[in-house]
Amino acid sequence: MDHLALDPELPSRKPSRRRFMKSGVAFGAAALVVGAARPAPADAQSPGEPMPAPDDPSKVLGGPRRPYGERSRFETAIRKAFRGKTDEVGPIMTPLQDLHGIITPSALHFNVNRGGVPDIEPRKHRLLIHGMVDRPVILTIDDIKRLPSVSRILFIECAGNTSSEWRAAALKTVQGTHGLTSCSEWSGVPLSLLLREAGVQKGATWIVAEGADATGNERSIPMAKAMDDILVAYGQNGEALRPENGYPLRLVVPGWEGNVNVKWLRRVTVVDRPYMTRMETAAHTSLMPDGKARQFLFVMEAKSVITFPSGDQRLSGPGFYEVTGLAWSGRGLVRRVEVSTDAGKTWRDAALQEPVLRLAHTRFRFPWRWDGREAVLQSRCTDETGYVQPALADLVKVRGLNSIYFNNAIQSWRVAADGSVHNVHV
Amino acid sequence: MSMCRPVVVAGLVALVSVATALPSHAQLPTYGLGRAPTGKEIKDWDVTIPSDGRGLPPGSGTAALGKTIFSARCASCHGESGDDAKYGRLAGGQGTLTTDKPLLTVGSFWPYATTLWSYINRAQPLDDPGSLPPDQVYAVTAYLLYLNGIVGEHDVIDARTLPQVKMPNRSGFVPDPRPDVEKPPKTKKR
Repeated sequence: MDHLALDPELPSRKPSRRRFMKSGVAFGAAALVVGAARPAPADAQSPGEPMPAPDDPSKVLGGPRRPYGERSRFETAIRKAFRGKTDEVGPIMTPLQDLHGIITPSALHFNVNRGGVPDIEPRKHRLLIHGMVDRPVILTIDDIKRLPSVSRILFIECAGNTSSEWRAAALKTVQGTHGLTSCSEWSGVPLSLLLREAGVQKGATWIVAEGADATGNERSIPMAKAMDDILVAYGQNGEALRPENGYPLRLVVPGWEGNVNVKWLRRVTVVDRPYMTRMETAAHTSLMPDGKARQFLFVMEAKSVITFPSGDQRLSGPGFYEVTGLAWSGRGLVRRVEVSTDAGKTWRDAALQEPVLRLAHTRFRFPWRWDGREAVLQSRCTDETGYVQPALADLVKVRGLNSIYFNNAIQSWRVAADGSVHNVHV
Repeated sequence: MSMCRPVVVAGLVALVSVATALPSHAQLPTYGLGRAPTGKEIKDWDVTIPSDGRGLPPGSGTAALGKTIFSARCASCHGESGDDAKYGRLAGGQGTLTTDKPLLTVGSFWPYATTLWSYINRAQPLDDPGSLPPDQVYAVTAYLLYLNGIVGEHDVIDARTLPQVKMPNRSGFVPDPRPDVEKPPKTKKR
């Protein structure tokens, strides 16, 4: 099965040299215009080197206004693919180690695509709601945007997040081990509003949602969840959804595995049973040691991870560091995060950064003075139901090593005496 | 009489504006938005096939025919016998689910043959999805079932026979029992 394949790390994509050259030339040109050409002319640069920034930016006219902003040319955080069969198919992961706060920039939101990222003109896109309803309906994006909407900050985590880590500490960075979770402000219309308007008939117990990508991803979702808190979203972090994240319309299913958050949503069929699609039979089912597979596992259980210090980083020397990370639970609020610096022998409470929101990433912070000796850092969270994030051994005891999905185990980072940080199992 | 007129006019205006806001074809009654789909639109869009086979189109195929189509359209990724591991092996693995190295394939794991039809129909081949006509989808489905020892080489697979195919792992699925891990002893807040 495709999700079992774990290829060696693909080389990370280097930021385009050409883009650096271009912005360097633009800055250079601006400098020449004001007659204060402190940066050396482009042709004096060694080939391919970016133009250096001026020593004193207050002595050079800055760049022009830009209609659509880009980050500083010196910022390099990127999503990264650790596995995948083609350029189009597979996951690409969020650089959690580079994020601040709880919002994932849309450009860095993880995504998993089975048939590539579709190119959809919103004017032509339609949502069909039909099946066991009194009034089947076709809606345009404009129709949907006219309806009463809500905005909510919600995490989405792929059920396969951390699936590389069951047998061994496999990937070096937190981007590799945990980068299939992200958190955005999503704006859209409650699915319950659309279903009530369409008139759900007696006996309807599930919906099937389908996307407009090349695999037509389709998932069955229980009616109780559909009538509870699912959004038909068109907005992400204040602008339209990004194509990789479902433009122009997607489901956002709070707290549930990423795959049911159907992207490029084009159809909701109201039915009286789950439809046993590929992604709820052949995949996204969890094989147990007795040979039975758990099916319709939707909720992402409570999980946390330290993002600094984390794998492949290096502490410059003994002294003060603020340990920080993210915690979340598909069952609601994160109530508590504890941090251990001695491989779980002792635990102390971390501070939870406000706002602490249901079904969203929660940022935690923990002051730490490193004495320069080897340390193993861990975090574990407790959610509003009292559920405590388990140790890997406790998960494996129940589920074995072949269940693939829903690995929410405590993560360990070993800080070596030289300051280097490593992914370890303890 | 003259006293009544403005009231009548106001009533008419109200009626007209309601009629404008709620065209007769509007399908969201509260908001007066959306239109009813035509039967053809629903038929064209609704390609989801449940396990009872409802919605399967006319057409049929056999493994013998499917082998040729698979060779031309699928084998470059999946191997002639569906055993190229790069894209996930499609055959074999029966009896491995309780071992250390379970091999999850159509034959060893998939609970319904209809899922196979539905997925090939909508999503395959990867570089030309939805391009196989129903007869070819039936034939390729038959070939994959044949490779897994589930149907015979000349068994006819169609809308009637496909839902009746008994998959070996049909009863291999259980509902979600989580939370399934015992809590660690409580630590004091500090």
